[in-house]
Amino acid sequence: MTVTVETTINGQPVTGEVDENTLLVQFIRENQELTGTHVGCDTSQCGACTVHLDGVPVKSCTMLAVQANGHEVTTIEGIGEEGNLHPMQAAFQENHGLQCGFCTPGMIMASIGIVERNKSNLDDETIRRELEGNICRCTGYHNIVKSIAAAAQDM
Amino acid sequence: MYKFNYVKADSVDAAAAAVSGSEDGKILAGGMTLLPTMKQRLAAPSDLVDLGGIDALKGIEVSGDSVTIGAMTTHATVAASADVAGAIPALTELASGIGDPQVRNRGTIGGSVANSDPSADYPAAVVALGATVVTNKREIAGDDFFLDIFETALEEDEIITAVRFPIPEKAAYIKFPNPASRYAVVGVFVCTGGGDVRVGVTGAGPCAFRATGIEDALKADFSAAAVDGVTVDGSEFNEDMHASAEFRTSLVSVGAKRAVAALS
Ligand SMILES: Cc1cc2nc3c(=O)[nH]c(=O)nc-3n(C[C@H](O)[C@H](O)[C@H](O)COP(=O)(O)OP(=O)(O)OC[C@H]3O[C@@H](n4cnc5c(N)ncnc54)[C@H](O)[C@@H]3O)c2cc1C
Ligand code: FES
Ligand code: FES
Repeated sequence: MTVTVETTINGQPVTGEVDENTLLVQFIRENQELTGTHVGCDTSQCGACTVHLDGVPVKSCTMLAVQANGHEVTTIEGIGEEGNLHPMQAAFQENHGLQCGFCTPGMIMASIGIVERNKSNLDDETIRRELEGNICRCTGYHNIVKSIAAAAQDM
Repeated sequence: MYKFNYVKADSVDAAAAAVSGSEDGKILAGGMTLLPTMKQRLAAPSDLVDLGGIDALKGIEVSGDSVTIGAMTTHATVAASADVAGAIPALTELASGIGDPQVRNRGTIGGSVANSDPSADYPAAVVALGATVVTNKREIAGDDFFLDIFETALEEDEIITAVRFPIPEKAAYIKFPNPASRYAVVGVFVCTGGGDVRVGVTGAGPCAFRATGIEDALKADFSAAAVDGVTVDGSEFNEDMHASAEFRTSLVSVGAKRAVAALS
């Protein structure tokens, strides 16, 4: 049996016929060929798969594609483009907030959520606490925290 | 993940009918526990009945003496609720300490309570506050709800619709989180009201329970020193790679003392 996925990704209505057990991240990467969203752990720990669902960060490896029906999904491809980066993308670039870049799409989607939730009250301790759901094997987090603090000034 | 049929329920009755009409159907709430378990092939339900489309299960209602939280209300919603913060601030604090922001944006109170994970946070508040678990069939007292590890008083096709918490005079929740997952190695919820003291513990045993010895000591003398006089029986406590039973036994006392200090 299959189910129909009918959702909006980056502002575009999309549909697809998939197996029931298709994860949202599989649908995004394989069906929609939007490969900016990564799979790190596939066990809900690392946050590499973070996308926005109706404007808030969620782990797309821990959702069925069909659960996105009627909702709006935003991926890393949907927030900015070359020459017109989202302030968070620009801040990661300027502050060396990445090394290998594997965690970066998820970090950026989670970080936008951090700034939106805490706007007026964003110290380094808050940023570090709120990054609980995202793991980076390269940077040691220091420049990620710096990037988020910088982007908060521009968002 | 094994294959299953997906059913999107538009009412609680339809969801209950779909579960009882299936071979081995399960309710899907936030999916933060169920989907990872299915990926590991530790669960293989024949059907997933999704409550995500039932708006009646979402929302928070504060009346004079209680806070009622709909089963599909996310941890993030509870954590951000000014109404809950005004009535039972310890509950918003508890919700804001569950997992991480992404988990809180999906995970629900109904799923957390239904699961009876030995290290979940909400169960400590349910037993300490003497909450009522409201289902499609009946109301279950918090004291009677958690039976064992991953085992509750819920029947197969019984669906939690809300959890109702009486508003205490004062309450505090102290959690010793696992540094990786944030689940409670031990969590202690202490509340007072009408001369009574209730202490709920999670993380230490197979499921959440009330530490009645500590309650009695605190009723006689509400002080951290009173907790020191109580010997916690940890003979049945959990032992795993995160903590020994002995360490958990000690954390129950320390958690209770810190909660008392926060309330004094
Ligand atoms: C990385 C990570 C960290 C976490 N950290 C913590 C933590 O620190 N503390 C903590 O407490 N939890 C933690 N959790 C668990 C999280 O809180 C889950 O959201 C919660 O345990 C289950 O809620 P859910 O809505 O996701 O339920 P689901 O996963 O959808 O369901 C869980 C179980 O409950 C049943 N169920 C769900 N809703 C109902 C209902 N209304 N009626 C009857 N049965 C129902 C389902 O059939 C299933 O068996 C963590 C999870 C992850 C992935
Ligand atoms: S891939 Fe989803 S949390 Fe790691
Ligand atoms: S930059 Fe390599 S994992 Fe984060």
